[in-house]
Amino acid sequence: METAFYVLAAVTVAGAVAAMALPRLVHCTLCLAVAFVGLAGHFLLLGAEFVSFAQVLVYVGAVAILVVFAMLLTRSADAPPAWVVSRPGLLGVGVAVLVFGCLAATVAGSGLAGREAPPAPEVTVKALGERLMAEYVVPLEVVGLLLTAALIGAVILALEDRAKGGT
Amino acid sequence: MMETLDQLFVLLKRWVVGEFPAAWRLWLSPLIDAGAIIGVFAGLFAVTTLLERKGLGRLQNRMGPNRVGPFGVLQPLADGLKMLTKEDIVPRAADRVVHFLAPIAMVTPILLAYAVLPFGRNLVAVDFDAGLLFFFAVGAGTELAVFMAGWSSRNKYSLLGAMRGIAQMISYEVPLVLSAVAVVLVAGSLSLPSIVDSQAGYHWGWLARWHVFTPWGLAGFILFLIAATAESNRSPFDLPEGESEIIAGHLIEYSGFKYALFFLGEYLGLFAVSALGITLFLGGWQAPVPFLAWVPSYLWFGAKLLGCIALFIWLRGTMPRLRTDQLMNFAWKFMLPLVLVNLVVAALWHGTAAWGFFGAGATRWLLGGAVLWLTYSALSHALFTAPGRGPRTYRYAD
Amino acid sequence: MKHTPGWGLLKGLFETARNFVGSYYQPGRLTTIEYPDERLPVQENFRNFPMLIYDGADPERGLRCVGCKICEKECPPQCIYIVLERDRSGKVQKRPRLFDIDVSVCMSCQICVEVCPFDAIKMNTEYELSTGDRFGALLLRKAELAKPNEYYRRLHPTEAAEVDARLAAAAQAKAAAQAKEQAKLTAKPAKPAWSTQP
Repeated sequence: METAFYVLAAVTVAGAVAAMALPRLVHCTLCLAVAFVGLAGHFLLLGAEFVSFAQVLVYVGAVAILVVFAMLLTRSADAPPAWVVSRPGLLGVGVAVLVFGCLAATVAGSGLAGREAPPAPEVTVKALGERLMAEYVVPLEVVGLLLTAALIGAVILALEDRAKGGT
Repeated sequence: MMETLDQLFVLLKRWVVGEFPAAWRLWLSPLIDAGAIIGVFAGLFAVTTLLERKGLGRLQNRMGPNRVGPFGVLQPLADGLKMLTKEDIVPRAADRVVHFLAPIAMVTPILLAYAVLPFGRNLVAVDFDAGLLFFFAVGAGTELAVFMAGWSSRNKYSLLGAMRGIAQMISYEVPLVLSAVAVVLVAGSLSLPSIVDSQAGYHWGWLARWHVFTPWGLAGFILFLIAATAESNRSPFDLPEGESEIIAGHLIEYSGFKYALFFLGEYLGLFAVSALGITLFLGGWQAPVPFLAWVPSYLWFGAKLLGCIALFIWLRGTMPRLRTDQLMNFAWKFMLPLVLVNLVVAALWHGTAAWGFFGAGATRWLLGGAVLWLTYSALSHALFTAPGRGPRTYRYAD
Repeated sequence: MKHTPGWGLLKGLFETARNFVGSYYQPGRLTTIEYPDERLPVQENFRNFPMLIYDGADPERGLRCVGCKICEKECPPQCIYIVLERDRSGKVQKRPRLFDIDVSVCMSCQICVEVCPFDAIKMNTEYELSTGDRFGALLLRKAELAKPNEYYRRLHPTEAAEVDARLAAAAQAKAAAQAKEQAKLTAKPAKPAWSTQP
């Protein structure tokens, strides 16, 4: 289990770093997908099957593809490769380090770190579904409504575009 | 005796694993599973290529391959040798790393999907609680592989093919998953072995309790088959490859072993999705009639799988290719509403399961069937036969 | 039933299923033949590449070609190469020493056949010309191109009968003219028809 964790952690971190550092945008997207898969592996390692599979389904199957489509539809894939070691790049790294430091200091100071981890609850998909459908049904529906509204908005935008561009 | 034969492979594996020291067993067991799956389904791939070529030939009044060996049975061997000895060409402008990784990214997720499929009684590699979700999750990985292949080849046709392929796979994933959701709704589980168990038993001692014998199950199975055909890029939904328009699409710059891997991935995906359809709707490894229940379960599964493959070959030999707009219209305007109605019918079916009066079963069947048939007729009328929607007219070609 | 949506698909499936079953016990259904074992009969109007016709038994002496080079000049892809025979003193003879046709260049247009005034070049129907030697074996020499008139008659019976009748008539007319001329001027021998033309 330890070995699996380290391997997965290495893959995830390497994927994430590569996603930020690689000069070509397509490579970045693919590395981002690798990082997503690594995260899903972590979830699986923790016994959260459902979350893990949903992570792959949503992030690798949909988000990565969405990024790919957005990239190919909005700009030329042959844009000059931008190397990460540039002024804005370094600035970004600096900000990231600062944020990480703040968060780490807060977590370390909160006393959470010393606490014993509670035994992992046995979460079945059934229990998860029942919770979502009974206890959290209102938030679920609200999220659904929001996404539907976004979808309809996107369709309306696309329709308007066509009406203008069409004959 | 029959019991032993039914559990032959399970017992065999248990015995082999038991021969090794305890420390190895944890690693050995999944390795044996993976080896068996790869071996069996790669073999089936070889057989299927031959069956497909022979079958397509016969469907089109041709002989099919009959030169290599008696009746051409050694044709897969010849094809394989040809593939392996071909020169592996990578275009100079291609992105070599991604170009190399794409076939691997194609085959790996599909092989992973086999882990949760129950091929027989107790014959499943991993029984995940969310097995169905796992299947669809890893299946989503192939879309990225198609993009990798199309983009890295640096060829406009391959990129077009990849974009078509991704658009098609995403569109048809919705009806595919939703038709499976109907089964989950009734079976009350995402685990594939327990979905098979939910179809055990027989009505009146002879009619199997498979989901395909319910109105929502029949409609769901047909919708699932259509979506599965599109998902595995087979004719009539083979636009991403469309030889006559974009010359094999994302596969255009692949040759030799890499092409063979894509080919393998395509067929393995077809088998996997057929196996899922069998598990969800056709009772998995269960016998269709009670007096044949003594036949080993994996043989039933294999027979159903071969039947499904034959059906796909038959469809391929019959249907002409769709246009892209027809493909998308069909997915979003026809399949999606129908599959949603099917979900509602499945819920009604599940809700009325407690009806006990005489003829309750027939009433439920007729009600569900009527709702589905009306939806089907109304949708097809609105989309295809309503005034102004008739056959396409051509302004210049006439 | 006919207007039920999806009916056409079922009909199509039924048709292919009938093909599938029928192809096993109705050999007449099969639209293909097993090529190397069986061949379709060659149609009379089929043509592939040119050949040279000779009369009699000797392909060298009976060759109708007189080396006028009209075909060489008219050939659109210029796949014909002719060198005339010369006698010991260097005088040009009326027969080709070399007559090569590069069939990898020939486009089977039959223009050479149409322009030939001597019916010496005709179209062959031989189509199995594949070879491992693409530079040598696809350049057909005079010996390979020469075919007896009987062969031509077998390939294109109608056309050959027409040609034979025409040639016989021409020969008859020529013999008659010759006899007439001989009667008039016994000293002067007749010249061949083509050398008098411009």
